[in-house]
Amino acid sequence: MKYLDEFRDPALAGRLFAEIDAAVTRPWALMEVCGGQTHAIIRNGIDQLLPDQVELIHGPGCPVCVTPLETIERALEIASGPDVVFCSFGDMLRVPGRARDLFAVKAEGGDVRVVYSPLDAVAVAEANPDRQVVFFGVGFETTAPANAMAVVQASDRGLSNFSLLVSHVLVPPAIEAILSSPTSRVDGFLAAGHVCSVMGTWQYEPLAERYHVPIVVTGFEPLDVLDGIRRCILQLEAGRGEVENAYPRAVQAEGNTAAQDVLAEVFEVCDRSWRGIGMIPASGWRLTPAFADFDAEQRFDVSDVTADEPSECRAGEVLQGMIKPDECEWFGTTCTPRTPMGATMVSSEGACAAYYQYRRIATPVSVRHG
Amino acid sequence: MCLGIPGKILEVHDARGTRMAIADFGGVTKTVCLAYVPDVGVGDYTIVHAGFAITRLDEASAIETLQMFAELGMLEVELGAEEPVP
Repeated sequence: MKYLDEFRDPALAGRLFAEIDAAVTRPWALMEVCGGQTHAIIRNGIDQLLPDQVELIHGPGCPVCVTPLETIERALEIASGPDVVFCSFGDMLRVPGRARDLFAVKAEGGDVRVVYSPLDAVAVAEANPDRQVVFFGVGFETTAPANAMAVVQASDRGLSNFSLLVSHVLVPPAIEAILSSPTSRVDGFLAAGHVCSVMGTWQYEPLAERYHVPIVVTGFEPLDVLDGIRRCILQLEAGRGEVENAYPRAVQAEGNTAAQDVLAEVFEVCDRSWRGIGMIPASGWRLTPAFADFDAEQRFDVSDVTADEPSECRAGEVLQGMIKPDECEWFGTTCTPRTPMGATMVSSEGACAAYYQYRRIATPVSVRHG
Repeated sequence: MCLGIPGKILEVHDARGTRMAIADFGGVTKTVCLAYVPDVGVGDYTIVHAGFAITRLDEASAIETLQMFAELGMLEVELGAEEPVP
């Protein structure tokens, strides 16, 4: 596919590897924030082909993984109700709650539907005026414009049977939480490219300055990831800590201002709990008072549904880069995509799922790039 | 979930006041909302996520980046070639 295949070219990858090799003089730990980048790294074996001094730490950028158990339980409660159509992105259906997941609700007769776009859920609401249609609005800043537009359209069309179960999370506060942690080993960040397509790069300037850390806006194809790593290493070796854009074909410094305008109308910043990590101040979005009527948590009165995280699952340590997925004692035995203990094993962006899919059987790397 | 796929806009239409398009993804076509990219038109590439074009894909910039990758290390090769071999 155009603008994908070119960024997977093995010969150019070899050049980027050689540049990284030549630049590195001592150990550095880089965190790729986005789970999509984690999958690109593990699928292509990028971490195994890098010089030994460069360690990649997988970050918390998987919205499915960080949606709190409490929100999952509320989703299950709402989806089980009579006359409800519960619409969601496909990834959320296999996320384990305390005893079941959304697939189980569907199997028990619940009307749970996977949609491609939140606008599809609005169309379902319009076609079913006698039923309550709920969309599970999870995601980072990349997904928020789509969810915001669904609410705007529902409002414009006077759809009183549409609501959004909101669990939006934001990247900059998560980076700050990691940087301010006394146990953080991260020397530099690969920031999530598509989050920056929406929000721009300016939000990261104060972070880079305050913590003197390179933050390189990075794309998702193998060459994009390698260039992000290369630029990060060059900054670290030169003692710089700046925001740099390694994904200029999709990211402008100011971001998408049309999307930001609608986001400011529909969402406001709130504290948010991240599954496995805990509360991060001002790290999420909720609906503004003007759109509060579309808040599923209020419409269905599920505020009394609470849940504590299970203590056995170590997804929190994975999400904070404290352990690699295959260092967990449950990995690949008790915990598999069929019998997941945590969301990181089922999401298409989850680090545990990436390791299960591509790293379950260890293969020695005998041939390095030429 | 932040996956975004480059798609080429094939045709643009209005759906009850919202600017929509048919976009081509390597042979697969899908309906895409253009509400957030008002300056994107037929023939342009966009990054599409959850049915929404979130940004224009800057083709000149894509070519420039690939060109930069292709030239990595070439300067050293050229300069190195001029050095007399001891």
